[in-house]
Amino acid sequence: MEPLVHINNLSVSYFTYAGEVQSVRGISFNIEKGKTTALVGESGCGKSVTSKSLLGLIEKPGVIKQGSEILYEGKNILEFTEKEWLHFRGKECSMIFQDALVSLNPTMMIGKQIMENLQNHNKDNLPTGEIRRKAKEMLDLVGIPDAEACLNKYPHELSGGMRQRVMIATALITNPKLLIADEPTTALDVTIQAQILELMKELQKKLGMAIIMITHDLGVVADMADEIVVMYAGKIVEKGSNEEIFYNPRHPYTWALMNSVPRLDLDSKQELVTIEGTIPDMIQPPKGCAFCSRCPYAMNICAQHMPQNTDLGDGHQVACWLTDPRADVSHVPFLTGGAVNV
Amino acid sequence: MDNQIVFDQASFAPLEKKEKDLGTVYHYSLWKSIGKEIRSNPMAVFACAFLAVIIVACLLAPFSPYDPNKLDLASKFAPPSLQHPFGCDEFGRDYFTRALYGGRVSLTVGFAAMLVTVFIGTTIGIFSGYIGGKLDMLLMRFTDIFLALPSMLLMVVLNTFLKPSMTTLIAVLSLFSWASVARITRAETMSLKERDYVHASKNLGANSFVIAVKHILPNILGPVIVAASLGVASAILSESSLSFLGLGISIPNASWGSMLQGAQAHILDKPILAVYPGLLILLTVLSFNILGDVLRSALEPKIVK
Amino acid sequence: MVKYCLKKVAQVLIVMLLISFFSFAIIDLAPGDISSSYITEDMTAEEKAIIIEKLGLDKSMPEQYLAWLSEALKGNFGVSLSYKTPVMPMLTKRLPSTILLMGVSLLTSLTLSIPLGLIAGYKKNTWVDNAISGFAYFGMSIPSFYFGMLLIILFTAILHVLPSSGMHSVGVNTPLDTFQHMIMPVLTMALGSMASKVRYVRANTIGQLAEEYVLAAKAKGTSSVTILFRHVLKNTLLPIITIVGMNMASLVCGSFIIESLFGWPGIGSFAMEAIGKRDYPIIMAYIMLSGFILVMGNFVADILYSFADPRIKRGIDTANG
Repeated sequence: MEPLVHINNLSVSYFTYAGEVQSVRGISFNIEKGKTTALVGESGCGKSVTSKSLLGLIEKPGVIKQGSEILYEGKNILEFTEKEWLHFRGKECSMIFQDALVSLNPTMMIGKQIMENLQNHNKDNLPTGEIRRKAKEMLDLVGIPDAEACLNKYPHELSGGMRQRVMIATALITNPKLLIADEPTTALDVTIQAQILELMKELQKKLGMAIIMITHDLGVVADMADEIVVMYAGKIVEKGSNEEIFYNPRHPYTWALMNSVPRLDLDSKQELVTIEGTIPDMIQPPKGCAFCSRCPYAMNICAQHMPQNTDLGDGHQVACWLTDPRADVSHVPFLTGGAVNV
Repeated sequence: MDNQIVFDQASFAPLEKKEKDLGTVYHYSLWKSIGKEIRSNPMAVFACAFLAVIIVACLLAPFSPYDPNKLDLASKFAPPSLQHPFGCDEFGRDYFTRALYGGRVSLTVGFAAMLVTVFIGTTIGIFSGYIGGKLDMLLMRFTDIFLALPSMLLMVVLNTFLKPSMTTLIAVLSLFSWASVARITRAETMSLKERDYVHASKNLGANSFVIAVKHILPNILGPVIVAASLGVASAILSESSLSFLGLGISIPNASWGSMLQGAQAHILDKPILAVYPGLLILLTVLSFNILGDVLRSALEPKIVK
Repeated sequence: MVKYCLKKVAQVLIVMLLISFFSFAIIDLAPGDISSSYITEDMTAEEKAIIIEKLGLDKSMPEQYLAWLSEALKGNFGVSLSYKTPVMPMLTKRLPSTILLMGVSLLTSLTLSIPLGLIAGYKKNTWVDNAISGFAYFGMSIPSFYFGMLLIILFTAILHVLPSSGMHSVGVNTPLDTFQHMIMPVLTMALGSMASKVRYVRANTIGQLAEEYVLAAKAKGTSSVTILFRHVLKNTLLPIITIVGMNMASLVCGSFIIESLFGWPGIGSFAMEAIGKRDYPIIMAYIMLSGFILVMGNFVADILYSFADPRIKRGIDTANG
């Protein structure tokens, strides 16, 4: 099946006073229709920048570099005119943000903010009353009690979970084909998190949109994602289906990520593993593998040359020198998924 | 792709020496960043240069061949010439020399008022913020009331009844401007006193005074420097207004403001007399304002540039 | 909300009381004797004593103050020393022209500074922004009376198009004539308060444009001009209400200097004259009147702001129960 979005060699740089920060360095992946793709990585790995590129929201000093391509239904959206963008944003692709409190205009009523999205794309010239009715329907759909009253409330009058529901209602009122969710549950309590994720899954079933889930929370990923893309320092280190990544991870960074998540099913005495060091300087990215300085299995070659993507079948790709047949992997715990001390 | 890479035996050996990843290192120093910010902004360079010229010229005023207060009716309203670059006023006094002496007054009042303002404001601010509690509440109420007073109005009234002199001017100007400095320094102190390094030095037995002077003061220097620069500007402006109303320094001495007062009488026939002192005020105040803003962006990185 | 208003009213009263006490004390401590303008050489000692007693000068300062205060609360600010007539009618007669000048200046500065600040913030760091910001710097740094003088030089001395002083030409009483007389004082007064407002609106616009809700609105496909007017404008303008309140100070004090410069027949120039004559009752009454205008300006702005911003209103209500 033709993917909904095909991202090809996307590079984004921010030109700051200190120099060119290469936030995203030539990444490629696909987003399938009606599926959930998760972008996983630490803060600053370029996942949010990737999602902003999808909506054309990269602003100065950020620049999408030459040679990047984002094909949406076969059309390169990076060549859009401003008018095409206005049509695309909100209608074809919507976004929900991490913190609903700051993402909603504090001095505008909820109803108006939801209706704004549909009004921007009002091809059928629906009357305002009709749009308002739809906004109420959406609020019902996302499970807000007394939707009619909510339309006339201000953002600060709602709880965090309710606000995030409002954000989702706003994003989905135009029935977009793609929904970008930028850490939609990070700012919420754990119980509310689960509710919101459940809601998103349910809505995806009903409305059939594709979701890009940006998160650093592997719990969310395991629950939601069909496809997983692991990013590190502006590059994709590993990608594949949910099962492949969780049951057969091949990149030391993916292992490290998984081992740094507290798990209830393991022996409580087992310590959480932290990832030593910090992410590299993105102004002068290392010429070899970016994870090299933090990788316990690093080899000389890793510091010298960038590893190539290796296909492991079923769409599972990994960029690591350990997959090279010449590498001595006797001491590398592939089978245990990197959990060294099990 | 692979064939471009030269592999040798060691290529796949474990990486022995790992270079320590130190992250980005920032070199930061208060004065260095001020200097850098000023150099990078042509307006700021201009402001600094202008202020330097004005200050030096005013310092050198006694070298002028003319007495600023000596009457010479022969050269009444003399037009600008080589002998009298700004011409002469209605009493034949050399206008250029008077402007330089006036500048001494205006700048002295501006700087002195700023120093007193900053001293009082910072002391009260740190004191109030560091000690906190009831005293803080009391001092801040007091500060709030001073902020709400119509300062210019009361300055005028005060100056009407006090003996006009430079000291009076400085005292009155600082009396009505310390409150905003106190507010700023208090807020900064409040946030600093909860930092770990302050707790640490307290636990090591440093007394409050030492902490306030050695640990808090240096760290609120940034906002204080900014307030000082803007403070000179506003003090010079207020001084000129008071002098213009005839409530500043006493005749026959001049400040830029009182020169404008004198020029007002001849505004329709000799407008040129009003231009020079006003221009000097405008440019000096402008320079201090620009400097203040540049300092702000150098010292308070939160401000969006 | 009621509690909040009451709190503010109490604040207003305290500030007014302090202003009055402060200015009363200054006048009392001032060199020179008030009675000297009433007492002449040929009076007998008895007559002198009567006058001194009548003026209340035999009492201590706090007593005098209390006496003055109780009269002032009834609206009686005493009798002018130089005109020998009650002060209040003289001031109220001149008040309308001051209010006119202040009102028109405020309106002018608002209608000019808001769009300028908005454009400057929206076009941040372009030549448009640089021009507007430069203008704001200029307005902030020029003494208002000097700007007024420059206007007089240009429009009266050189171009001969505008009258330099007064409110009416002799024998003429048409709105057009008053309008012509008003142009220069209004421009002078508006410039000073414009500078701070332009800078404020600009900084606020930049700040608001960086808010996440702007990004969220963009992600809905809202065009940037619509975002500016539908979302940013209101959030930028709300704090302006407070700024206007604070600007009352520059308006009141500005009217003092500018009225004198342009010979505008308002309370400012009247008070300036009174200061020259050391006419204490007029000075006191003027300080109280302008202090009142100023404090009320702040007060109204605070209340309006808390009504206009839904967040503040709720914050106040929860804080006060």
